[in-house]
Amino acid sequence: MANLDQWYDIPFRFIYKLQSETSRDFNQASYHMDSSQVQTAPLLSAKGINISFDGRKVLENINLEVKAGRIVTLIGPNGAGKTTMIRIVLGLLQPDSGTIKRQASLSIGYMPQQLHIEPTLPLTVLRFLQLARKNDPGQIDSVLEKIKISHLLYHQIQDISGGEMQRVLLARALIRKPELLILDEPAQGVDLAGQAELYQLINQITNEQQCGVLMISHDLHLVMSATDEVICLNQHICCHGKPEQVSNDPAYLDLFGPGAAQNIAVYTHHHNHEHDLTGNVIGSEDD
Amino acid sequence: MIEALAQLLTTNFVVYALIAGLCLAFVSGPLGSFIVWRRMSYFGDTLAHSALLGIALGLILDINAQLSILVSCIVFSLLLVALGKNKTISTDNLLGILAHSTLAIGVVVLAFSDSVRVNLEALLFGELLTVSAGDLVWVVATSLLVAALLFRYWNQFLAITVHAELAEVEGINPDKLNLLLVVLMALIIAISMKIVGVLLITSLLIIPPAAARQIAKTPEQMAIKASIIGALSVVAGLIMAFIADTPVGPSIVTVASFFFLVLYFLPVRQRMGSE
Repeated sequence: MANLDQWYDIPFRFIYKLQSETSRDFNQASYHMDSSQVQTAPLLSAKGINISFDGRKVLENINLEVKAGRIVTLIGPNGAGKTTMIRIVLGLLQPDSGTIKRQASLSIGYMPQQLHIEPTLPLTVLRFLQLARKNDPGQIDSVLEKIKISHLLYHQIQDISGGEMQRVLLARALIRKPELLILDEPAQGVDLAGQAELYQLINQITNEQQCGVLMISHDLHLVMSATDEVICLNQHICCHGKPEQVSNDPAYLDLFGPGAAQNIAVYTHHHNHEHDLTGNVIGSEDD
Repeated sequence: MIEALAQLLTTNFVVYALIAGLCLAFVSGPLGSFIVWRRMSYFGDTLAHSALLGIALGLILDINAQLSILVSCIVFSLLLVALGKNKTISTDNLLGILAHSTLAIGVVVLAFSDSVRVNLEALLFGELLTVSAGDLVWVVATSLLVAALLFRYWNQFLAITVHAELAEVEGINPDKLNLLLVVLMALIIAISMKIVGVLLITSLLIIPPAAARQIAKTPEQMAIKASIIGALSVVAGLIMAFIADTPVGPSIVTVASFFFLVLYFLPVRQRMGSE
């Protein structure tokens, strides 16, 4: 079945190419046929990813895919391999086995976990943004307006706050008009109010630009309402699915403790178990 | 006195020295900035020390001195990059071992060859005033090549310096560019041997950028201002050498250090900082 999909893809890809070069009429005629394909073909898919460092298994048989307009969130404890997975998806690391498939000429916007810039390097926010490859000034302006960081442009990047830095990093990722956004803990070091705002911004941009999002986040209560799929990672995939499914999954509860269920399913929370005084789950189906 | 200086400018060896020094200063601005940003100054030092071994081998094997310096600098730079991938030895340890062992082996090799007389002081501190027309061609050609490559890859070098992974995701190959940067460093160090000598090469690469850092807000400002400070140091150092009869290489570095001190102790508000 998967193979068949690929074969279907070939004529449609060809049509995409033609689209940009031929007349509008032709575009519309062909658009009708491939619109369903656009939505179902993932921007990026990873299958059976395995990697070990020094004989220690870090990721075991990980599958994931991201489609246009969808948000996939990776959660998991420290050392679960989340960042490793993202680095593999980005092509920065080679897995021991497994395949990564990206849509042809997929443009990726990447927001790294941290940015440490040597104090010896004088760098304004504007100059940092201009480093984005193949940037055009018009795009920089429109992103600045959306992210609301125009007032920071001539500040030294070492002088801005943690929250401002995360916005600048998001802007850098967006300047390349990404079809896929990959965010590694985007709200790290941001205060609570700023976190909510930042996630709202990401959500809004994803909707507007219909790009796919793959992100790592610890801020479960903030991300979950917007997330389409949660993947709970701890070397292997513990569980995955819609946020409300995952929040009731015993593997998830094992990993994060019973309190986490309230976090993840803040909007669709049903009690299916009780807690004792120390917070342990009692009376749930799996105990 | 001004007449005396003007008369010096009509003397060939002074003009050669001036042109060679200025070429080096202008390229050292941007290249040295990268060395400062990427914390590679010990790397430069090590290359300079290993160049002495190159000279010694060149003398014994009777190869052109410039060529042997150039080849040894490039070979050692590549060797350092390769050895640097071995994680069981720390980078500063590796650099220290190579810098001093190559220097020592170089001096020992020189002692073995009784057929050639070598002025060790000239190698260690430079002999700018003996730059010949042939040397000058080397210096100008190499400077132009390095300047052209720096200009061509400026944004990419900057991108990998700021965040290598972000740059890689955006389609830049950091390994390739790192290698290119190291080779450019080797080239400039090779041509500076004659100008400031083994012991002072890195100073000319890092002091002007460090001084320029205090008055720069963007990477480009730092690079250009470093070039200007370097050029002023060369001119002032040459004048000082003539007036006070001091050795040229150390005089240039002395002036550059003076610029650094002055800019470093400028009132904080005039240094970089926010607007």
